[in-house]
Amino acid sequence: MSNDSLDPRVNRLKLGEAGEVVKVEEGENWNVYEVFHQEKRGAHHEHVGCVHAPDPQLALVFAKEQFARRKKCVNLWVVRSADILAFDVEDEDMFANNMEKTYRDASGFKVMEKINKFKQSK
Amino acid sequence: MYGGGYIFDEPNKKQLREEEQHDEPEKLAAFEERIAKGEKIEPGDWMPAEYRRQLIRLIEQHAHSEIIGALPEGTWITRAPGFKRKLALIAKVQDEIGHGQLLYNAAETLGKSREAMINDLLSGKSKYSNVFNYPAETWADVAVIGFLIDAAAIVNQVANAKGSYGPYCRALERICYEESFHLKQGHDAFIELATGTPAQKAMLQDALNRWWQPIMHFFGPPDKASSHSEKLMQWKVKMASNDDMRNQFLESYVPKIRELGMTLPDPALKKNEETGKWEYTDPDWEEFFRVINGGGPCNAERLQVRKWAEEQGRWVRKALMRPTEKRALPVA
Repeated sequence: MSNDSLDPRVNRLKLGEAGEVVKVEEGENWNVYEVFHQEKRGAHHEHVGCVHAPDPQLALVFAKEQFARRKKCVNLWVVRSADILAFDVEDEDMFANNMEKTYRDASGFKVMEKINKFKQSK
Repeated sequence: MYGGGYIFDEPNKKQLREEEQHDEPEKLAAFEERIAKGEKIEPGDWMPAEYRRQLIRLIEQHAHSEIIGALPEGTWITRAPGFKRKLALIAKVQDEIGHGQLLYNAAETLGKSREAMINDLLSGKSKYSNVFNYPAETWADVAVIGFLIDAAAIVNQVANAKGSYGPYCRALERICYEESFHLKQGHDAFIELATGTPAQKAMLQDALNRWWQPIMHFFGPPDKASSHSEKLMQWKVKMASNDDMRNQFLESYVPKIRELGMTLPDPALKKNEETGKWEYTDPDWEEFFRVINGGGPCNAERLQVRKWAEEQGRWVRKALMRPTEKRALPVA
């Protein structure tokens, strides 16, 4: 390749002179961290994606670049993907449940009706 | 940004037959029913081997396109005309690299390591969008790329964001949001040249003339040349045919080019009012295949820049490596 590229980097670095095979080794791109984004103080941290980083400190730096470029952000959490424990997706049926949940819902308790009935009975 | 159409692997018949034997019919039926209902498939779910293979190829090549796509524009950061244009271009190039990271993560959830993907890019085994094998010769090229290539990419990505694989859809949602800024700043730069001095108009027209064929190539070969998209469409891996996406792009953007008094180098390009479809001269598909297989003006140069970056960054990555640490794939 001749050094007459339109790309100044190519000319400056004389890239045509390189040419050895480059191979990235497994693990060279470090570990995976899950990223949690907090939009305002008091809000939940929400999972937004992940970054590759060698340690938690750098994971935070990369997470800021990747997930806090535009929208409002007041805080980020990172945690190693390997440390996330989750239920097996195949076990989804264990969340199947009685749909009748009024016993644990405010709407399931008709106090006003009882109060009114009591007042009328007097 | 990114271009589809030539991303799906043409599987050979023997391989397909073997894979079909491994796909248990009951699980396959349940899988297809979930997709038909509009459910998303997540990393831990059962999926056919062919679905996994095609998705890895699609998402990986999308990721490479973001990374390589930043190179032609990146060369113009030092030469951008004015402070605002320079800031916008830096932001756009940073976004593209960020999109590459998001997409590598989505592909990794399917089981291929990022290192393996980068190696396949550097060795030429894995492709990226063909448009980036052409040079950005003038500032007007940057305006054409920012406006029209990003517009074409948005047509593609908005379609793919409705696909069936959860991690890819979530990445695309974030990407599309940022691409809307890319398109707008590109349109703005395009309008400035189109409504500027005669020299600016001539520069823009020259860029349009050179980029029109790569843009027509962007969505991939015509439908009549593609033989295996039915299953991929049923699985919501491929969301629209190449010709349909090309037509949608022409419908939205040809008027926006012509309203500024610019012309396109295809005398046959016009909308057929009866069919509602755009008619055009078939671009040179032999040229498309020649360039995608390494014969374009910038293929070697793009990969050289990438290799240089990998080589020069290696000592930093290695110094920070912790080989004994437990590694895992992204969870979602």
